[in-house]
Amino acid sequence: MNLLTTIMAGLKEVWAHKFRSLLTMLGIILGVASLVGMAAIIKGMENGMKETMVAMGGADKVLLGETDVPAEQEHLADQAPGRTMADVHALRQSAPLLRLVSPEMAVRNVTITRGDKSIVPSECVGVFPAVLEMNLHTLEHGRFFTDLDEENANAVCVIGTAIRDELFGAPDRVGYEIVPLGEIVYLNEQPFTIVGLLQHYEGEQEKKQRELARKQPRAQPTGPERQRGFGRGGSNWAFIRKNQTVYMPLNTAWLRFRASSDRDGIPDPRLTDIDLKVEDMAQIEPALQQARNVLMITHRGIEDFGFETQEGRLDSINQQIRNARMSGGIIAAISLLVGGIGIMNIMLASINERIRQIGICKAVGATGSAIFIQVLIESVVIALVGAALGVVASFGFVQVLELVSPTANSPVITPEAMSIAVAFSAAVGVCAGLFPAVKAAKLDPIQALRYE
Amino acid sequence: MALVELRNVSKIYHLGGEEIRALDDVSLDIGEGEFISIIGPSGSGKSTLMHILGCLDSPSRGTIKLDGVMIQDATPRQLATMRNRKIGFVFQFFNLLPKLNVLQNVELPMIYSGIPGRERRARALAALEAVDMANRAKHRPSQLSGGQQQRAAIARALVNNPRIVFADEPTGNLDSHTGEAILNLFRKLSTEGRTIVLVTHDPEIAAVTPRRIEIRDGRIAEKVDLTLAGLDRQIKIGGPPPPVQA
Repeated sequence: MNLLTTIMAGLKEVWAHKFRSLLTMLGIILGVASLVGMAAIIKGMENGMKETMVAMGGADKVLLGETDVPAEQEHLADQAPGRTMADVHALRQSAPLLRLVSPEMAVRNVTITRGDKSIVPSECVGVFPAVLEMNLHTLEHGRFFTDLDEENANAVCVIGTAIRDELFGAPDRVGYEIVPLGEIVYLNEQPFTIVGLLQHYEGEQEKKQRELARKQPRAQPTGPERQRGFGRGGSNWAFIRKNQTVYMPLNTAWLRFRASSDRDGIPDPRLTDIDLKVEDMAQIEPALQQARNVLMITHRGIEDFGFETQEGRLDSINQQIRNARMSGGIIAAISLLVGGIGIMNIMLASINERIRQIGICKAVGATGSAIFIQVLIESVVIALVGAALGVVASFGFVQVLELVSPTANSPVITPEAMSIAVAFSAAVGVCAGLFPAVKAAKLDPIQALRYE
Repeated sequence: MALVELRNVSKIYHLGGEEIRALDDVSLDIGEGEFISIIGPSGSGKSTLMHILGCLDSPSRGTIKLDGVMIQDATPRQLATMRNRKIGFVFQFFNLLPKLNVLQNVELPMIYSGIPGRERRARALAALEAVDMANRAKHRPSQLSGGQQQRAAIARALVNNPRIVFADEPTGNLDSHTGEAILNLFRKLSTEGRTIVLVTHDPEIAAVTPRRIEIRDGRIAEKVDLTLAGLDRQIKIGGPPPPVQA
């Protein structure tokens, strides 16, 4: 029997009992919508996590961290040199498998002021130019530090947009973008010249919202301006942090801030951070081994350092995503199964109604398999129509979720999720149709014809 | 060789340990082009005989040869194909599918034999034409009178050009006037060379066929009662059955 005719017959049967079919499909519709919606939420989470990861320097960033010395070197602990510029120079010269070595010397408790405005930056660090590539920064205006800045410990700085917004005015408030190059700001009362402005970093979601706000401007709020701060709007903390960066040459940080203070009045030459990027991620093991060998020399054999790769973080992100997918998927699958049971129920009822008709079909020469296929296709048609409606419903569902979920993790509908949902409901349709189809195919024609 | 050859066929049901012989050692030949009635009171086994002849059922014992094929051991699938290609059924309650229109009902057997749509339509229309129902092709069965429904059912039975047509009490659900018209239709078909088996409990209806077989208690009665009512109404048709090629 022609497949198309059978499918048409199935559709006709569905259409003939519109309300009944709709109720039956409801299980599948909800199942598909919840599966697609769930996948969209998880995709949103994943996007948020990956964005954060990139905002923090990407997956190939390796942190050279400070650790306690191992137990057998306990007696040497007070001789541990910590991470210093000596390490940086040694690594740059003797570890060719490393692509980037970026030292950072943080200046703590810094307040930046200009006139009557001030802000405490999230990060105020002395750096080498390598930091741009290390932390995936882009310089939007001006220049970065030169060798001369480094050499002379010039009082220059490169700031993030959030600092600019606070001290000079944000573009969305003053209406145009202020580029404060050449302006003087005070870092703990020391005058610094701004020589560069970093790019404004934002997540996909924030960007969308900003563009929407620009297209459809809201009425200007009257009354005092609300306090803007962390936690408002739920935008990604990694981006907030990144936009509040203040960079200065490493030597400047050392001479102007660190050399005169810290640890019992003794200047502390230790760096807060050394970040590495390897030449080739595939060779990360030998590269780190090389770096380790170099550092063992500069540290005179005292192992007070360790490497923290982003692999662990990436693994944990993937693990979280997998877990969320698993639990959400199981819940959605169960609701699809329930939908399948509904289909089976209705198919059994519909076959009982049509026993006599099946008998007629058999009398005019329908084979058992023709009947089997007909019933099965009808069941699959119900499931697939339900799945199609479910996919449509999922768009509305996700719209609702978007209102509820935090902005950084706005749900994203993926074609994969949709096709999986549709394939799964087709499978559910087949499974639900099997038993009724076998039952119909096995009907004895004589008894079926006599059935009242 | 006859179109249908039944040899020592028995159909035995077991009901709670009791053996019921619905058919008991029946042998029967039906030739090509014959118009024959199977007659008997209800419970006599005539329906069982028709089911076995019509490939709806298999005998418990004995052999049956239809159009040169032995079918007593056929699988359900083979039986379905036989019913589709070689047999047409006309039922007492018409048995049209209520959701399909007349044309679609007539097309139904051809759907199962895999005939393409256009040819199906043409043949179904031709079959409806033959029973004078072409102008009702788009009607639903529920919109038709009993006689019209039975005509549509006859068109369906004929549309696949079967070797033999079984009519099970075809007038049982019709008033006498319409029933007469349906019987006339069968007569006409018979003169066109169709092999037709009429199953009925009514001697008056059986009287229209040249050959009658009486079933009683699962056996073919030795002697057919020739004094059946209405014999005088019998119309001479086509003389003896034509010879059948081997």
